[in-house]
Amino acid sequence: MNHRKQWVLAVLLAALLVLAAGCKKKQPPPPPTPPPPVTATLTANPASIQSGQSSTLTWSTQNATDVTLDGNKVDVNGSQAVSPGQTTTYHLKATGGGGTQEATATITVTSPPPPPTPTPTPQPTVSDDEIFARSASDIYFDYDKADLRPESVQTLARIADVMKAHPNWIIQIQGNADERGSIEYNLALGERRASAAQQGLVQDGVSAGQLKTISFGKEKPICTEANETCWQKNRRDHFQLMH
Amino acid sequence: MFKDKWTIILLLLTCITCCTSVANAFQGKPIIVITPTQERPRLAVPDFVAGTSDPQSSPLNTVFNQTLWNDLDNAGIFDMVPKSFYPVQTPSQPSQVNVPVWGNPPPNAGLLAFGNLGVNSGKLDVQGWLFDVKNAGAPPILGKQYREDAKENNARLIAHRFADEIIGRLGAGVPGIAESKIFFISTRTGNKEVWSMDYDGANQQQLTHLGSIALSPRVSPDRSRVAFSGLAKDSWQIMMYSLELGRPLSFQRYSGDNISPAWSSDGTKLAFASSMHEGSSNIFLADASGAGSRRLTTGHTDVSPVFNPKTNGQIAFVSGRTGLPQIYIMDADGSNVQRMTEQGYSVSPSWSPNGLLLAFAWDRNYGPGIVGGWDIYIMEIASRQIVQLTHDSGRNDFPSWSPDGRHIVFQSNRGGTEQIWSVLADGTHLQQLTRQGRNTQPNWSFQ
Repeated sequence: MNHRKQWVLAVLLAALLVLAAGCKKKQPPPPPTPPPPVTATLTANPASIQSGQSSTLTWSTQNATDVTLDGNKVDVNGSQAVSPGQTTTYHLKATGGGGTQEATATITVTSPPPPPTPTPTPQPTVSDDEIFARSASDIYFDYDKADLRPESVQTLARIADVMKAHPNWIIQIQGNADERGSIEYNLALGERRASAAQQGLVQDGVSAGQLKTISFGKEKPICTEANETCWQKNRRDHFQLMH
Repeated sequence: MFKDKWTIILLLLTCITCCTSVANAFQGKPIIVITPTQERPRLAVPDFVAGTSDPQSSPLNTVFNQTLWNDLDNAGIFDMVPKSFYPVQTPSQPSQVNVPVWGNPPPNAGLLAFGNLGVNSGKLDVQGWLFDVKNAGAPPILGKQYREDAKENNARLIAHRFADEIIGRLGAGVPGIAESKIFFISTRTGNKEVWSMDYDGANQQQLTHLGSIALSPRVSPDRSRVAFSGLAKDSWQIMMYSLELGRPLSFQRYSGDNISPAWSSDGTKLAFASSMHEGSSNIFLADASGAGSRRLTTGHTDVSPVFNPKTNGQIAFVSGRTGLPQIYIMDADGSNVQRMTEQGYSVSPSWSPNGLLLAFAWDRNYGPGIVGGWDIYIMEIASRQIVQLTHDSGRNDFPSWSPDGRHIVFQSNRGGTEQIWSVLADGTHLQQLTRQGRNTQPNWSFQ
């Protein structure tokens, strides 16, 4: 198969050489013509925006082979949305056989009008409990364990932020267990679970004085069915803002 | 690993000598908790005869007869002769006893308890006797008289006292338990509160009115107070209820959660679990007032201490320090910690009055998704041999020894809800004691 292919190629090559030799004809070169001039335009619409809004840059060129916008290679004609944070002048550079042409467009950025309520003040309709509850979702534990899961570490970081923002807040960390174990041992287990969250929050920078713990063992289940889904719901730390 | 129950019990325990002669049968002080069935003396207990025509006589006599029969039957040291074997003539006085008729078949009794009961101007009078009917020459063993106000509770009380006389006389020097009490937690008011009842389930009474959660009641050895753990505003505290005053007493507060109190048998010390020093609970020891606490353990998840009531020199407890909870024993100063159980989920130790045995709750194959198989076991501490007491009936927890070391009370959900049950330490005479609400954590009084 390979030998046959090589043989065919060799024959074809020889035939081409014969043809090329027979056809060769000398022609005079055409008179030189000057290269066409390069043109470039760049516009911004709108030319003035507020911070955060966007504007569209549109450019077009003629006879250019290489076009850059602020140094980045772009199509010869095109448009692009930009959202500069401050007043910015954009440079378009078009290069072709006829030379180089540049164009610029400036987008003026103005500050936005001040928001209706410039400083965030607590809205009377949102209680401390609600603010706290947004961060402080329950964290869950494996069976007979008090180790923090990775997602619990993230939850604790959120709680730590809100606690550090409210240094006068005190929370109670309530450790709970599922129904399967013994009453007294489950109280001790819930104690460890509450303590695990307490230590995590202290490591995240929360003052120890803001943190109290209690264990409810299996005395305060939020789910009472005898299955793993329900047991998992009860193996938890709950966070309660104290008043 | 688990041999036949009887084999092990016989191995563990010195038995009362088998003997038909009552006079010699109960000498010595065996470390017994069980008397094998075939060796029990046969006891006949004909109904006491109502001795007066007072209308109260008959109902009080019925209560008395039921209570006396149950007490003697529950004692576990007698083979009760069925009433159908009794002669037609029921004796109410010693002069009416035809000794050979009782001592020969069909009754073939060794012992006969009999007497009379009457109500006289508001007083309940009871006379009772115990005869050795195999000893025709000198049958009387004891005779007793009682007088109390004519009330149903007193009919029960007198029956308990007479039963305890008989058991004390014949039970190898071990006093009867008919007057003992059981303390427990009940939800029947809507909250977990401390309740008490007679050892046979009669006379159930609410003690605490905490309104939150009360757990782990432990009665003091002199039966004057009940220690328990109660949910206060922001922590669990050891609390104290006076049985003499009928109200709560103030008690030392500690930081953290303080749970599962336990009395030394001399009433001078309380052990309990507390998280006062760390985030995890350890065993602490304090005076009976709660003062002068000091830490005994340094592990974690340590809970449920109980003293060796014979010496008060050792404490058994539960710890999760290696994972699932196991039973440990240590000296009462915290030294010499020994692990007693090796596998599964082992909790709720109760130390027998003679100091030789531990009852505990054990789920041998505990794990996620596995339900049931949670039974009461008895371990002989010296050999670590184990006997299974309950079998394949729901979750059984919180065993507590009777003062005579022959019975165990425990909680079980075998009937659907958690209730208190009692059983002889050989696994027989299983009885349900509570039926209303959910009832847990029974604790048998020291006397």
